[in-house]
This record gives sequence, C-alpha cells and structure tokens, in this order.
Amino acid sequence: MSAPLIILVVALLATLAYYLGRSRAAAVSGGNTAILHSLPGYHGVYVAMWAAIPAMLVLTAWLIIGPQLAEWYLLSALPDSQTAGLTPSQLNLLVTDVKNLATGNIVSRTPDPGLIRAAEGYANALTISNAAMVVVVLSLTVMGIAVGRRHIDPDMRARNQVERIFTVIMIAASSIAVLTTIGIVASLIFEAARFFTKVSWYEFLFGLQWSPQTALRAEQVGASGAFGAVPIFAGTFLITIIAMAVAVPIGLFSAIYMSEYAGPKVRGIAKPALEVLAGVPTVVYGFFAALTVAPMFRGFGEGIGLDVSSESALAAGMVMGIMIIPFVSSLSDDVMNAVPQTLRDGSYALGATKSETIKQVILPAALPGIVGAVLLAVSRAIGETMIVVMAAGLAANLTANPLEAVTTVTVQIVTLLVGDQEFDSAKTLAAFALGLVLFVVTLCLNIFALSIVRKYREKYD
Amino acid sequence: MTDASARSAQQPGSVLDRKPDLSAKRVKRRYAAEARFRAIGLGAILAAMAVLATLVSTIVSQGLPAFTQYDLDLPVYLDPTEIDADNLNAANYQALVRRSLYERFPEVTQRREKRKLAGLISSGADIIVKSYVESHPDRIGTTQILSIPAADDIDTYLKGQMTDILEFTPQAELSPTGVSGDVQLLASGDVFAAILADTKILLEVESSRLMDNARREQLGIDSYRAEIKTLQVQLEDALGARRETIEDRISALDAQANRRVLTAAQLNEKAANLSEVARSTGGSVDLTDEMPSIFLEVNGGLVKANRVSSQLVEGTVIHPLTSAAPAAGGEWKILELTTPESNRRVKDREAAWLHILKSDNIIESRFATVMFTSGDSREPELAGIWGAVVGSFLTLFITLSLSFPVGVLAAIYLEEFAPQNRLTDLIEVNINNLAAVPSIVFGLLGLAMFLNFFGLPRSAPLVGGMVLALMTLPTIIIATRAALKAVPPSIREAALGIGASKVQVITHHVLPLAMPGVLTGTIIGMAQALGETAPLLMIGMVAFIVDIPGGFTDPATVLPVQIYIWADSPERAFVAKTSAAIMVLLTFLVMMNALAVLLRRRFERRW
Repeated sequence: MSAPLIILVVALLATLAYYLGRSRAAAVSGGNTAILHSLPGYHGVYVAMWAAIPAMLVLTAWLIIGPQLAEWYLLSALPDSQTAGLTPSQLNLLVTDVKNLATGNIVSRTPDPGLIRAAEGYANALTISNAAMVVVVLSLTVMGIAVGRRHIDPDMRARNQVERIFTVIMIAASSIAVLTTIGIVASLIFEAARFFTKVSWYEFLFGLQWSPQTALRAEQVGASGAFGAVPIFAGTFLITIIAMAVAVPIGLFSAIYMSEYAGPKVRGIAKPALEVLAGVPTVVYGFFAALTVAPMFRGFGEGIGLDVSSESALAAGMVMGIMIIPFVSSLSDDVMNAVPQTLRDGSYALGATKSETIKQVILPAALPGIVGAVLLAVSRAIGETMIVVMAAGLAANLTANPLEAVTTVTVQIVTLLVGDQEFDSAKTLAAFALGLVLFVVTLCLNIFALSIVRKYREKYD
Repeated sequence: MTDASARSAQQPGSVLDRKPDLSAKRVKRRYAAEARFRAIGLGAILAAMAVLATLVSTIVSQGLPAFTQYDLDLPVYLDPTEIDADNLNAANYQALVRRSLYERFPEVTQRREKRKLAGLISSGADIIVKSYVESHPDRIGTTQILSIPAADDIDTYLKGQMTDILEFTPQAELSPTGVSGDVQLLASGDVFAAILADTKILLEVESSRLMDNARREQLGIDSYRAEIKTLQVQLEDALGARRETIEDRISALDAQANRRVLTAAQLNEKAANLSEVARSTGGSVDLTDEMPSIFLEVNGGLVKANRVSSQLVEGTVIHPLTSAAPAAGGEWKILELTTPESNRRVKDREAAWLHILKSDNIIESRFATVMFTSGDSREPELAGIWGAVVGSFLTLFITLSLSFPVGVLAAIYLEEFAPQNRLTDLIEVNINNLAAVPSIVFGLLGLAMFLNFFGLPRSAPLVGGMVLALMTLPTIIIATRAALKAVPPSIREAALGIGASKVQVITHHVLPLAMPGVLTGTIIGMAQALGETAPLLMIGMVAFIVDIPGGFTDPATVLPVQIYIWADSPERAFVAKTSAAIMVLLTFLVMMNALAVLLRRRFERRW
C-alpha cells in the first residue's frame, strides 16, 4: 500500500471515528445531551483526534526514517568481502546498484550472486517494512478509536481537550515558519562551510578571477580553478544599478501621478496595468529580454557603430527595471497616501502649486518610506534569477561598461547546480557559498530598509 | 517699533528685507513647472503601459502561429508485406509514408534528393501511422489518407515566416523547349523585364559593396605603408639585433601589403564586372543563390530559373512538364521567393515540391492539437505543453494542501493567541523576512534538505510542491493576518459574551468572516507559485521529460520551466511554441487573479 492510500484510509477511519464518538456521547447521556459538558460533536472530534494523530505521527516518522534504516540494514548485510577497500563514492555506487537491482532498474555492473543476494535481501526488507508500516498505522488508528471511545463520559471536558490539541497544532504550524528560516540558514552554512574548507574565504570574497573548474586529476586542463567572486559581485551591482535607474524614476513618478493628479478613470486603467506588470512571471520577462530587447539594442548599437554584446547588461538591466516598476510604484503610493491631508492643505493654503507641494512637503515627509521601498526593490533586483539567466552572460567580466556581457550571483548559482557535476566538488559547493552571500546581503538590506522606515518615520498624530 | 525691524535697519540684506517677487512672470514660470511635472508623471505611467503593451503584443504575435500546424494528407499504402498483424511494433511505418512521397515525385532518384524529399514530413510520422493501424487493423492492405505533420522547418516555411512568395500571371505566351532537364522558355513579350531590372539593381548593390571592401583594403595598405616608413626612419638609428627585428618587421608588413594590393585589385575587378552587367541594357543575368529564387510554373511542371533576360529564361526542370506545347497567357505563372536561397533553411527544391503538393490540395492547415495533448519533444512539431500543465497542476495541488492549512493555522495563532513577548516578535520579523528572501535560496534549501538529506526523488511534483509551499507560506500568513485584523473586535466580544471559548470565537465567528480575504490571499499566492521557475530549477525539474507524469513522485516539469527549456532550444520553430506556452501561462494567471478580484469584490465586507 502506498503512502497516499494509507493517508486516505486513516482519514476515512477518522471520519468514522467522529460519528462513532458522537453517537457514543449521545448514548452515554441517555438521550439527554444537556447533561454533557461538551456538545456531542466535540466528543466526536476527540475520538477522531485519538484515531488520526498518533497514526499520522508514526506514519510520518516511518516514511522519513524508514529508507535510512533500510540502507543501514543493507550496508550491514553486505558481506565484508564486497565492501572492503571501497572508497565512499564506490560504496555509494554499490548501494545504489543493489537498490536499482531490487526495484528492477538499470544496474551499472553485471550482477554477481553476492549482489543478487543483497538485492533480494533488500527487497525483502522493504516489503516487510512496508507491510509492518501498514499494519502498525492501521492498528494504531483502530486502537485510538477504542481508547477514545472509552474516555467518553458526561463529565469529560471534551471541548477543552480538543481545544488544547488544536492550540498545539497551531503552535506547530507557526514553528514551521521559524524552522524554515533555521533550515535555510543551516543548510546554506553547512554546505558553504564545506566549500570554505576547499577554498579560503579570503580568496572567495576578494579574488578577482572567477573560473570555477575542478579537475579530477592534477594534470587536467581545469586544474587551475579560481574562485574569486568579485567579478560576479560587480556584475550584479552593474545590472542592479541599471535596473534601479529605470525603475525608480518611472515608479516614483507614476506613484506621484496616481496619488496626486490622476482622476478615477486614469487610476482605473493604470492601477490594473501596473498589477499586470507585477504579475507577469519573470521567465516571460527573461524571454522578452533575450529574444526582443537584446537583439534590438545590438542592432541599434551596430547602427551607430558601437559594439553591443548580444547579452549586454543594458538589456537585462532594463527589463529587470521594468519588472521592479510596480514594486516601487505601489510601495511609494502607499507611503505618499499615508502623509496626512493637513500637511497638503497647509501647503496649498500658503499658495503653493501641486508640484511645489509634492516636491517640498510630501516627498520629504514620505522620504523614509520611499527610501525603504527603493532598498526593498534593490534587494528584489539582486535576488532576481530568471531574467538574468536568460538575458545576461555566463562569463565573469569585471567591467563598468553596460554594453558588455556580465554575469550575476544568481546566474552562477543556477549554472553551477543545473549541470552534472558531483556534489562534493568545490564547483557545486561554490553555489552554496554564493547563495549564502546572497541570503545575507538581501537579509541585511531588508532589515536596514525596515529600520530606516521605523527610525525616521514621522508620527503625525 | 519692534526689535526685528530695528535689527533689519542695522543689518541690510536680512530675510525681512527681501520682497517677494509677485510678478506675473514668476507665476507663469511656476505654472509652467507645474505643467511639466504633471507631464512627466503622466509620461511615466504611459511609458510603463507602453512597455506592457509591447510585451504582450510581441508575445501574442509570435505565439499565434504556433496554434496552427500544417499537415500533409498523404495517401499511404498500408503494405501487408511490411506490416505483420501479430507484431505491429516491428513495421517500418516511416518507410511507408516516405514511399507515398516518392510515388508522387517519381523523377527524384538520387539518394540525397530522396532524403530531402523524405525530410518534408516529421520524424514522428511513424507513430501516427502505427496508432492508426492499431485502431484499424482491418484496413491493412488498403490505401488510406493520413494526416502527417510537416517537419518544423517546412511548417515555418508554409506559415510564411521564412520567405514571402509572390505570384505573377503574365498575359504573354510561353514556349518551352523541353519537358525535363535544362530547358529554355521563350515568352512572347518582355514579361521578365521587371525581374531582370530588379536583379540588376541587386548586382549594382553587390558591386558597390565590393568596392567598399576594396576601399577598406586600400586603407589597410596605406596604414601598412605609413608604418613601414616610420620603421625605416628608426632603422637608420638602430644597431645589431634591434636592426634585424626592425628589418623582419618591415619585410612582413611589406608582404602583407602586397597581398592586400592583390585582394583589392581582385575586388575592384569583380565590382567592375558586376557593374558593367548591371548598367547594360537588355542582355541576360545569372541568378545566384544570393538573389531571390525564380520559378516558372507551366504545363503542370515547375522550372527553376538560372539565367534571365527580358524575354528568355534558361532553367532546370524540377518537376517534369506534361508537354512542350506553348502555354497561353494566363495559364502559366512566375513565382518569386524573395528571400535568397542562401538565407533560408528550406531550399529551392523543397519549396518547389511544396508548391506542387499545395496545388494537389495535400497540404492542410489545422489547429495544433499536438500542442495541448503531448509532452515535450526534441522535434518542435511534436512538442506540446500537456506534460508541463499536468506537472504544474500536481505541484500546485501539493503546494496548496501544504501551505493553506499551515499558513492559516499559524496566522490564527500569531494573531489571536500568541502572547506579546520577544519570541513572537522574533517570529513576526522572521516571517516578514522570509517573504523577501530571493526564491532561488528556497531552491537551495530544497536541494540541500529535501533531495540530499531526506533523499526524496528528484524532479518530482512532491518536492517542488514542498519548496513552493515554503515560499507561499509567508504570503498566506501575512494575508490571513490582515484579514483577521480587519474583523472588528465587537464580533469577538459579542461571541465571548454569550459564552464561547476563544477557539470557538475564532472558528465559528472570526474565521468565516475573514475567509474572503484569506481566500484572496491564497489565490494570489498560488498565482505567484504558478509562475515560479528558479527554485524548481534547483531541484532538478529542468530535465527533459517526455511522458505525462502520473503521480506525485514521477519526474515532471512545470509550465514556466518548460518555457525556459524551450527558450534555450536552437530550433527556430520553438520561438513560436515558447510564445504560445507563455500565452497559456498568462491566461491561467489572468484567470486566477480575476477570480481573486471577483472574490474580493463580491464577498469582502467593509466594517
């Protein structure tokens, strides 16, 4: 039986448990449900929780730990003659071969009797484990129903019990969010630490040459790999600057126009249009940049005699700026609307025109919020992946010329991990180091943005 | 007299002395600045909308051709000697279809030409014939008309994206000298004069281009000569080894300069020849493959023109004529393919065959059902998005079933039950930060934890759904908290007042009232998850998956990743397919967002 099927059966049994509990509560009350502490429905939910929760916990634990246990059993069952003197990767290959042979997939070597025996043993172990899981989980469910029903009594505070379990479930749900952050940080740090044992962090952060190759043997071509990430940071910086140069003026001015000048008709068209711009997936922007914008710039450049790369930073930066416009615009719009009307009225009363009010009263008042919005937009631009993967180049290039091809942190992460390098090499681990840098930088930018907003925000009332 | 005015009398130039400039000129300037500012604001909005319009129109115009495909309705003889009724898999169905083409053009005998002819149809034709035979085994031994998709280049050509095809029907009589091989066709009037003139213009253009190149060579020669002169001056002062180096350099430059003189002379001669032919009146011109291709369709056959003069065309017969009798005016045609043969992938022979097949009514344009029913393929004419759509659906199902309960429960706890202490502050800051983390970092988390640590299958909707659920969680939590906050406290207090417990207040009263906001936030979160690509690339969904996924642990791909894979493919026909897939994705997103807006407008209550 597969896991989804077991879950379905447990869910059905839990529903059955609900009805059983409810009817038992009604029976125990002797037909007069008013003497029960809680409504019969709560008794039903109580029994259902007894049925479902222990079973699901055991099922989850079995599914997570089971494959690992099976592999340990397999390793211990393999005769020493086969496992002696194997490197970890060769041992890994042997284990994978046994697993593949057991499930009927392609094996990398001709199966000898030892291998076949090990595979059969593994297959048996899997079947036994699966059967045991089904039996244990289903019997836990049934036993849970029995135990829960036995507790039903007119004085039992079913509602309180149910609500307490509900609260525990809610706390568990909230902690998943915390666990996610912990998981991100832990996994990034763990893998990046493995990288920094192979390449020093000083060379990574300050080196000027990025050519991530690792050789299998010392005399291979790629033996001289360099992992200096400064060109990548410079490329990210260049594209972000171009994107901000496009997004901030257009976004800010559209926010100003929409909040101060626009009538309801213009707002009715402009606001949905900006929302559509925000909702377009970034892969579509990347396609647009790679197939329409970049050739256009290249042709234009050739027409006036400049040498524009077909993966220029200008094309990628411009399209990224277009993607960020709604971000800047909506955040600035919110901030400018939050400036109280009294300040505007005071300014008009002194005879200022609308533009003078905006330039001299509203923008200074909203400035912290706008700066915060721009910083958040910068953080979004730094972390953007698909546009640059499709429109920016792959070779690290330390330059300030927007017409050349540069690469960014996210492009390198994708390139390094979507290939078929083995997972231990410094090349793939470099991706995690880059991911750590990316995470830390965006986190700091976000915290900085929020702290600026909080520190300089004017309290008007 | 106040102190201030006393002070100003002592300190000239202080702020109280300044008189405001009340002139009408200044007021006009201020109003002009106002108008400019307003115009800039409007311009910014118009610029954003113009970009959106360009984006949408580019995608739609590139993608619409992908919704139709060209089929060849060929009569295929289901040869019983080839097809064994007991073992339908073993037959060579592609050969049966090819035979149909060979029979239509029996004059094609050389192996290379036959391969080109066979290349008119898709390499997936055998699957179509095989499925037909499997469903109609009683028709083995008969000839059936089957719709075979055209190969991707042919499809692009037939849609007019490779070249324009112009047809002229002159009113003069045309007399061919033969029915096959090299023939001459004499017209009774100057019907080819226009083509001759156009070709001469092209020759003139080519001639001036060659002269430009010659001029550039001359510039190079001049610069070499100048450098030689400078070096000779240096040579007078140099001694010993340095002398030798300078002499070597001089001789090398000299040799290069002489070579270039030769090249320049050749270019000039060629340019002069072309120019002479171009300027002459009358005469005849050779058509090269860098000029538009000219065909003559006469007496049921097709002749490719090699040499053109105003009344005479010398050419090679591609498809034999039925007779060498003169054809009256209006019964024969001139066909011009404006893109030269060297710039096209579909060459003249294939274009000729396609023209004949079209006049046989064998070529039909149909709705491209393969786009919506098949999975990915290396051949553009066989590739479809159905596999990606099913994969997206499975992934989003997992995302929704994981993130919706967890997000709503977490938001309820944080909003209603959590005590106001540092721990909950930390959790709140944490969730807000998670919402701003780049999506690729979630992919790295999925790779490191779900694939490596837990050992879940790569590229499965299960893992993709889990990664996307982690990404959507902050969105749902923030939206749910906002919706819960919007429910007024009076509802909560009234429920408490009639004896409800805190959990009952939430589940019976607050949550149902906040549900529209919660659902709106969830739908928007799902729409964002549908468009996500980067984290799924990290967990391996970028593989080439041909089968439609059947379950949550089968390898699958999602629609945005499919778009990414196709955007990288080199075949020209994939550009249209990618744009069409983008149109489908955008349609889904627009529907989901419209649903969210509808929900919000219909059910949200303003307290």
